[in-house]
Amino acid sequence: MMGLTNEIIKQRLTEKFGEAIFHFDESYGMLSFEAAKENNLKVLQFLFDDEVLNFRFLTDLCAVNYPDLAGRELAVVYHLHNLQENIRIRFKVFTSIAEPDVFTASKLYAAANWMERETFDFYGVNFTGHPNLKRILNVDEMDYFPMRKEYPLEDQTRVDKDDEMFGRG
Amino acid sequence: MSRPVRFNIHPIQANINDAVAVAEAPQGYSGEGFFTSKLSDVVGLARKNSMWPLPFATSCCGIEFMATMGSHYDLARFGSERVGFSPRQCDLLMVMGTIAKKMGPVLRQVYLQMAEPRWVMAVGACASSGGIFDTYSVLQGIDQIIPVDVYVPGCPPRPEAILDGILKVQELIGQESIRRRNSEQYTALMNGYGIE
Repeated sequence: MMGLTNEIIKQRLTEKFGEAIFHFDESYGMLSFEAAKENNLKVLQFLFDDEVLNFRFLTDLCAVNYPDLAGRELAVVYHLHNLQENIRIRFKVFTSIAEPDVFTASKLYAAANWMERETFDFYGVNFTGHPNLKRILNVDEMDYFPMRKEYPLEDQTRVDKDDEMFGRG
Repeated sequence: MSRPVRFNIHPIQANINDAVAVAEAPQGYSGEGFFTSKLSDVVGLARKNSMWPLPFATSCCGIEFMATMGSHYDLARFGSERVGFSPRQCDLLMVMGTIAKKMGPVLRQVYLQMAEPRWVMAVGACASSGGIFDTYSVLQGIDQIIPVDVYVPGCPPRPEAILDGILKVQELIGQESIRRRNSEQYTALMNGYGIE
């Protein structure tokens, strides 16, 4: 069972999914690849179940905002870990910011529950099928997604800082 | 060579007033066997010299407060050694540290649970104005949600600054009219914060 390499993972995924998995990359020795957001659960399930791949541990789940990529502004990134072989991969799906619906991975990985709530909280990714998709770190009254790259560095309309105190009165 | 031995040939006699601060008596008219004064002054004198602070310490300013409570700076000298951790019994809410927006309702609840008369001291840049945390998750000064009596600047303020703040609060307490909390202005202030 020893000796799982990036090559084997890539080969195994291509055998199963063919063209549905693309954009393979190995930055700093860590394999990453992409699939369409409709296929995210199929790919994750395969990575979890396959007797060779065995990615049973979800290390992290987060989003990235690429405001310049029209139609694929939000990336949801799954960091997976094969604990037996001690090998890690990154799996990405992209979604448009206008319709940020991605299937929840919380049925497969229990750890995804809170991670998806955090990702929703900060990026507004709508994880369909999530049992309790509400804000986890920010105040419930917040009506925006603070980590999206759509805010100027200093909001001139703020009223909660007294400008005179900061020399911009 | 023999070791020179020096004697303190002009010893200064100990004067108790050098070491112990004695509170001044309030202004009034005294005669043989009686003393008249304003009730406000007497109540203020009693209140200001036995404050019960409630520390609400969330970060580094709280560490400075611990030094303030310690033997070197010794807040007990000012009648405030009895730090309470129950809002009902305390007079002075000391907010020391960054208050995240999510912490806001908790702080407000602690303030509401305190019985009148109550005072609030914002210690440090974060509690006073949000400090360096000019960001979406941090309350930009606790005066957004509760009224503040004394602000202590610093990041974090040294224990001397916190003691100075305590003395400023004592000054306020000592001069406060006992009718203030029933006044229209006070009600308006509270209503400004949506209290009562």
